[in-house]
Amino acid sequence: MNIVETDGEQLLIALRSVLAAKGIASPAEIAERIASTDSASPGQGARMVAKAWTDPAYRARMLVDGSKAAEELGIPMRGMPPLGVLENSADVHNLIVCTLCSCYPRAVLGYPPFWYKSAGYRARAVRDPRGLLADEWGTVVPDDVRLRVVDSTADYRWMVLPLRPAGTEGWDVARLASIVREGDMIGVTIPKV
Amino acid sequence: MMFDAGANVRVKDDWPESRGPVHIRTPHYVRGMQGTVLRRLGAFPNPEDLAFARPAPVRALYHVRFDQPAIWQEGHAGDEVVVEIFEHWLEPA
Repeated sequence: MNIVETDGEQLLIALRSVLAAKGIASPAEIAERIASTDSASPGQGARMVAKAWTDPAYRARMLVDGSKAAEELGIPMRGMPPLGVLENSADVHNLIVCTLCSCYPRAVLGYPPFWYKSAGYRARAVRDPRGLLADEWGTVVPDDVRLRVVDSTADYRWMVLPLRPAGTEGWDVARLASIVREGDMIGVTIPKV
Repeated sequence: MMFDAGANVRVKDDWPESRGPVHIRTPHYVRGMQGTVLRRLGAFPNPEDLAFARPAPVRALYHVRFDQPAIWQEGHAGDEVVVEIFEHWLEPA
């Protein structure tokens, strides 16, 4: 089967033609957006996290205005939905989900992982977050830590600022960023040394 | 309606889905539930109108916290679900 001949691909070609014909989105604009999302990755988020861990003033700015904090590190946010950053602490563990679809901070982290878009994740995250995290990732949120599930239902896109693990004293930002994974910024895992 | 941080609110127990085609961003699981406003997130064009290419009035968006076990009648005490909800879905509790 030629993939260009599938129904989905034909629909996409037709949609792109109509968008261009009506002056809504040109092929160049679409290509630019694809390129900018392609270049986004969890590494960008990891850089923000590492800087927040080492620079308390940056951390404070990031929690107030995530988009501006991303732009400070050269991550283009113009025209993108506002970014909200939620800080994990000794008292609260944050978990991000979009139960309605798959809203995700693509401008920073790039494309969401396949499981983030699954019906299973989206249903269980709000219903049984502790069971979900333990069963799928081996992440156990202690009883005395409040688990906050953040459902991305509107214009904001959310990422987690995870807790800096012990054993990283004196590390530079590059080394710190290297241990921050995609799941840590969604809230399904916790950074480890 | 305007709500301060800390205000107790209730999500309207309304089901526009039953009256015709709609696009609603207020999840089913919080309809009719009581919660607390954490903060105002800003104001944005109403997605319910944007989805149908209608003129979309700008509406205030709130971050609202709900007790997670109260939604499902089970869960870990103290856990919460925080949802972005537009002002027109909220009333004082």
